[in-house]
Amino acid sequence: MKKPITRIIIFFLIFTFWACAARQRNILEANDSQVRLRSIQSRVFDYSDRNRMLRTVIATLQDLGFVIDDADENLGTVSGTKRSGYSLRMTVSIRSRGDAQLIVRSNAQFNLQTVDDPEPYQQFFSALSKALFLEAQKI
Amino acid sequence: MRLEKTIWIGLFIIWVSMHMMACQRGIPREALMFTPESLADRQLQTRVFETSNESKLLEASAAVLQDLGFTIDESEVKCGVIVCSKDRNVTEFYNIGLSVIASLFFIDYEYATRQKVMASLVTRPLEQNRITVRITFQHLVWDTEKDLIKNERVNEPEIYQEFFSKLSKSVFLTGHEI
Repeated sequence: MKKPITRIIIFFLIFTFWACAARQRNILEANDSQVRLRSIQSRVFDYSDRNRMLRTVIATLQDLGFVIDDADENLGTVSGTKRSGYSLRMTVSIRSRGDAQLIVRSNAQFNLQTVDDPEPYQQFFSALSKALFLEAQKI
Repeated sequence: MRLEKTIWIGLFIIWVSMHMMACQRGIPREALMFTPESLADRQLQTRVFETSNESKLLEASAAVLQDLGFTIDESEVKCGVIVCSKDRNVTEFYNIGLSVIASLFFIDYEYATRQKVMASLVTRPLEQNRITVRITFQHLVWDTEKDLIKNERVNEPEIYQEFFSKLSKSVFLTGHEI
């Protein structure tokens, strides 16, 4: 039978190596399938006006309580942060797909974690769809 | 043997608590949803100006932000966005006194010392020569130990009203509530 002290040392060694592995992994997020993440973070809209879409995204983020940190029309990106006891940072990018469609992709980080749960993204896109609908109706 | 058992139980508790820490509280459900307050917030933070010149309105807004001591961090005229911030010392005189008294009793008295205010201003053209201006403020406050003690939106209506009254004067136009 092993001495208790040996067991305890082994226990701590496992923990130490575990922590190292985690730190390395966080540089490039390889903990989730890229395809799955991309699909939950993207939506295609039948909308061709990039500038209008960017402005609608900005307005939606403001409605959701974000402060805009950065916007770039040429690149088609907007970043914002929502602070409410926590920090939720989000970047939304827009790319053209053919002549009549736009792909909107968003990614978010909540405090120090990446958000890879589909639900918050669904909520964001549903808010954006509502804003686009209201925009089309000119309310 | 008894000692070994106690150590193992201790280690198990450490292991469980480390896992609990790793699974921190996730993103709140309502973080990315419209809430009943969203509309009220929008009304508080938005004014409509009767003009068609968006870049002039942005220029005037930047000037007002500078008047208020903000420095511009980022701007994108094509999307009507200005991002600005300011860092300020918010130490209150009485807090220094209280901390001196507390230190006599060997108590650490921590109080707010530094504040960073961030704001984003966005213009959006409407039909019939009208443009909306929406501004949102957030602030971060640190205490003497450099710990973040406040991380939230600025909700005081007076701040928004004051900003828009200054902006109205600056553009010689009246901002209407939406």
